[in-house]
Amino acid sequence: MSQIVVEKKVLNENQKLAAELREKFREHKILVVNIISSPGSGKTTLLERTLERWDKSKRVVLLTGDLQTENDAKRLAQWGFPVKQIITGGTCHLDAKMIEKHLADWPLDSFDLLIIENVGNLVCPTSYDLGEHFKVVILSVTEGEDKPLKYPGIFVKSELMVLSKVDLLPYVPFDAELAKKNARSVHPGIEIIETSIKGDGVDQWTKWLEGKLSAVKSGELVSA
Amino acid sequence: MHELSIVSSVLDQLDELKKQHEGERFTKVGLRVGELAGVDVDCLCFGFECVVKETHWEDLVLEIEQVPRRQRCPQCGEEFRAENWATACPKCGEAETVIIAGEELQIAYVEVEE
Repeated sequence: MSQIVVEKKVLNENQKLAAELREKFREHKILVVNIISSPGSGKTTLLERTLERWDKSKRVVLLTGDLQTENDAKRLAQWGFPVKQIITGGTCHLDAKMIEKHLADWPLDSFDLLIIENVGNLVCPTSYDLGEHFKVVILSVTEGEDKPLKYPGIFVKSELMVLSKVDLLPYVPFDAELAKKNARSVHPGIEIIETSIKGDGVDQWTKWLEGKLSAVKSGELVSA
Repeated sequence: MHELSIVSSVLDQLDELKKQHEGERFTKVGLRVGELAGVDVDCLCFGFECVVKETHWEDLVLEIEQVPRRQRCPQCGEEFRAENWATACPKCGEAETVIIAGEELQIAYVEVEE
């Protein structure tokens, strides 16, 4: 009996491909954001509110993942920005190979910002690097305040938490301060923006994106 | 539920490794899974059993080492286990400490019989 020391990442293949994508994004100065949340917490709605006020000169493209249907791509296409649906056919997360494949016919010099809307799931997408600069997690006020404690992985890895549906706070027993405290207890440096379908906080969120975008363009922000 | 994808990534890598170790029998694979890796160990074990059944990996034993989250304080250098998600430095009180362990999802080793 002998032992071979392997010491390799299980998702080595995904990691390699993600590193290649990251290198391409760096060359072309593209900001990439990977949005993750449970199903129904408002990823597509936040993106609709974002696109309706997005400056056309800042070229954005979107990839949106779901197990089935083109519904989200149809919703997002209304504002005229390029959108592609990734249908995973049952897989609970997006991986780097799907991103590479769906970006293949978009020239990398034709956009500045890539927004990836991951499959609705707080667990599995956390493990798959897509070559992004930032993960953004959305938590809605119709979920539980303790989600950051129950699913710490994604809150630890996210740069920003969007607390969505805050217009419903008067009607649901959700303690927003406790939810923010929980998020900060697993990730003290996490930024937090509160949003709603009515447009609350959307300007703050688009400013956040624009800030990151200028940092990528100036070379100040380089993804590790 | 991406544990099945994880099992197949492990087995793909073992198939590759096997090419460099012809004639040897792999008896056990050791994985290292951090508590922040987003992997459910019970699901992983169950997925593993389902996937290896009736394949050339049927007799392979899976051993999992779970790695707790550990932090390092950038101010005083203290390293500590982050119990119940309390990540502030227990020694000097610094709030923003750095993760040094707990994100692992690795194949650590395989055991072989020649």
